[in-house]
Amino acid sequence: MLRIGKLPIAVFALFIVAFPWIAHKVPPIENYTDIMIFVGIYCLITLGLSLLMGYAGQISIGHAAFYGIGAYTSAILTANYGLDPWLCMFFGIILSAVVAVLVGAPSLKLRGHYLAMATLAFGIIVYIVFNEETAWTGGPDGMTGIPGLSLLGFAFDSVDRYYYLVWIFVFAAFIFTANLIQSDTGRALRAIHASEPAAGAMGVDISGYKLLVFVYSAVLASLAGSLYAHYLNFINPSTFDLFFSIKLLIMIALGGMYNLWGAIIGAGLITFLSYEWLHYFEEFEVIVYGAILLVVTIFLPKGLAGTPEIVEGWFRK
Amino acid sequence: MNFIGEDNILEVNRVNMAFGGLMALSHLSFKVKRGMIKAVIGPNGAGKTTLFNIITGSFPPTEGSIIFKGMPVEHLKAHKIAHRGISRTFQTVELFDNMTVLENVMLGCHTRIRTSFLASGLRLPMARKKEAQIREKAMKILKFIGLAEKFKDPADSLPLGEQKILEIGRALAGDPDLICLDEPAAGLNETETYVASSLIRAINAKGITVLLVEHDMKVIMNISDEIVVLNYGQKIAEGSPDQIQNNARVIEAYLGSG
Amino acid sequence: MPKLLSAVYTILVINAIKLSAAFCGELCLINSMEKITVTGQIFQYLITGLTVGSIYAMVAVGFNIIYNVTEIINFAQGEFVMLGGLIMVFFYAVVKLPLIVAFPATVILVTLVGILLDRLAIRPIRHPSVLTLIIATIAASILIKGAAMLIWGKDPYDLPAFSGRDAITVFGAVIQPQYFWVIGFLIIVVIALSIFFDRTIIGKAMSACADNPDAASLVGINVQQMILLSFALSAAIGAVAGITITPISLMEYDRGAMLAVKGFGAAILGGLGSFPGAVVGGLIMGTIESLGAGLISSGYKDAFALIVLLVVLFFKPSGIMGSIEISRIKRF
Repeated sequence: MLRIGKLPIAVFALFIVAFPWIAHKVPPIENYTDIMIFVGIYCLITLGLSLLMGYAGQISIGHAAFYGIGAYTSAILTANYGLDPWLCMFFGIILSAVVAVLVGAPSLKLRGHYLAMATLAFGIIVYIVFNEETAWTGGPDGMTGIPGLSLLGFAFDSVDRYYYLVWIFVFAAFIFTANLIQSDTGRALRAIHASEPAAGAMGVDISGYKLLVFVYSAVLASLAGSLYAHYLNFINPSTFDLFFSIKLLIMIALGGMYNLWGAIIGAGLITFLSYEWLHYFEEFEVIVYGAILLVVTIFLPKGLAGTPEIVEGWFRK
Repeated sequence: MNFIGEDNILEVNRVNMAFGGLMALSHLSFKVKRGMIKAVIGPNGAGKTTLFNIITGSFPPTEGSIIFKGMPVEHLKAHKIAHRGISRTFQTVELFDNMTVLENVMLGCHTRIRTSFLASGLRLPMARKKEAQIREKAMKILKFIGLAEKFKDPADSLPLGEQKILEIGRALAGDPDLICLDEPAAGLNETETYVASSLIRAINAKGITVLLVEHDMKVIMNISDEIVVLNYGQKIAEGSPDQIQNNARVIEAYLGSG
Repeated sequence: MPKLLSAVYTILVINAIKLSAAFCGELCLINSMEKITVTGQIFQYLITGLTVGSIYAMVAVGFNIIYNVTEIINFAQGEFVMLGGLIMVFFYAVVKLPLIVAFPATVILVTLVGILLDRLAIRPIRHPSVLTLIIATIAASILIKGAAMLIWGKDPYDLPAFSGRDAITVFGAVIQPQYFWVIGFLIIVVIALSIFFDRTIIGKAMSACADNPDAASLVGINVQQMILLSFALSAAIGAVAGITITPISLMEYDRGAMLAVKGFGAAILGGLGSFPGAVVGGLIMGTIESLGAGLISSGYKDAFALIVLLVVLFFKPSGIMGSIEISRIKRF
């Protein structure tokens, strides 16, 4: 369950590198490179969230807020103050981390549902702020004029270029997170998951580690938000509403929260569902999401990434 | 480490513990000398596990103090107490069943060797070196407790006797000064009990003080230097095994007066 | 079919919008007043706050019933309120039942939804943990919300007030008769529940499950049935809340989530698990929200209750009437 093999990573990396090239050759999926940018952006969030849910055993229903804080920090500082986008991205990360500590520290000392409710409330409050602070955020109409990204004169101004940029971030986050899981820190997290009393007695600072993971997931979400803002050059509050937080939850649950691949699978499937395959459901897609979430929770508690285990179990019998 | 004028590693001073209206411990005081094996015995519900939970920081006492190596620790959280040098096992085995035998002991090293978040995420050379150190130390402990060959097995695949031994090994990995063992022989057969008792002696021979809760009188009388007897949350006797065996109040408490 | 239904409703909606312009809530009413004193205005906010707070209190009571028996926080609690309002609209406006018949019919139907929630979403989970139970109730809540959108569309619906809309004026504050119905039903719910839990065998059995499920099943109480009953009961209370508030604030498919968070805030404020706490917490929550929206900023209306929730979580998670000891013995 834990070892992240080098071979699957290599195969996956090859697929990601080749994808835009394949998409150009196959007309029906030509616009899929664009969708894959969003998959990458969501993967950044789900990687952190799966660590939070699968390893620290905590739920956040407010990560849209950190995603939004990243996006709005980037948007406001670049569009209104002309600061360097990379610097703004960094400021967004710092702000998200600070906010995550403020929200997480008190609720992670409590058990169970408290973080879920605190993040839910926090997410809604932040959403209201985005809508109400019109002078800063443009209110419900949103903000335009957010510049694109470029590095040392190289502009990430085409879909393909931005695609590679986003996926470099995803790979960095994936490898960092995988290293983390396989280290002393990951062991501590797994210990917390297995038995809090024993972990505490062995010197593991339980609320400290939970907070660390919560902050890490907030930082990744913020980074994703900045990448989103600089890609679309436009943001408005509706992207960061409660339903987005729930969608993230569905991604994690569907993919499987006990395995980092689950974060990628879930983000990929749900993104393609909502951008491509659920078009004819229109706004009733929410029912499909609810059904997916319920069915997965009942029948596939380890998500799609857990199915090999189940199949293996059949063969053993 | 030696502390001037201190030969009591642990002092329990007038500890009260109330759950709602129920007094689980009342005015309990005793001392544990450095390097000894001290046992806490008493009928079911006497407050032994509560005492352990207080000493190891699961919850603070309602009143009173716990002095460890000359410093009050009664209001510290569990992980802080572990860092000060108190380790423990649990009455109902609390191994990390999502880990292997080796990983359980490796986690036990957490109080002594740790890598930072960034270092482990980036897999810096420093982190790899520490990981190797942890692994080496954990293997050494597995050899000491006799489970080296099973290092790759999932922890929950071991028989109960070995799980209890592994839990002791995990507690040892943090180099504690005091180890609290909560019924190490409970549920074990005679051979396993013998193995456990010799292990406790071997641990003690390394200079680690042992505080022990146990029901098996044979084990207690065999290995402990001193015994504290609790009944209904109060200390009714304290002394050497011989003294305890002949103490009228103890006999009464165990045989019951009605 | 949904299209057909919404066509049937179109006329109703037009009426609803007209009515809402006149009766939507405190602010419109105040605007229509010529001159208003500051005390009158504050009194107005208090009255509307207590009314809305009664709804939060009922949601909070619903949370507590399920929490006490199962230790589950039911994130779909707000959907019961939404369903109460919309199903009542269906029975009243489409089936043309009189209010007094539509009311119990609605409560029964929503109760059935509560029972289904337990049977289809909670009980099938094989290895329940806080994590999976929370996710299951979230899934149920978006399913219910989606179904409501399918059936009723996105428009808000109105119901006639139970005893007309001739407002009375007290100290310069305009009070609709429906306010009394809302507060009255809260009182009825509280009295009925305390009789149920203190005087009836089933109620006592439920309390026993709450205290110690293992012991309860040892003495022959069917814990599964008690869980089912707790879902049924809290769905019924949610329905009552939804039916009584709809004539004041209208009802639409997506109101559930906000009602759930605020109701949870009320439950936490009062001390999770405590019924008197839920009532006091709900009333305080409603009052703070109404005063905040009226005196500080109406755009942040929804934020005030949530900020209170966060503050309580951070500084006194046991609430004003809960006890730390109780929260310690709870698993979650």
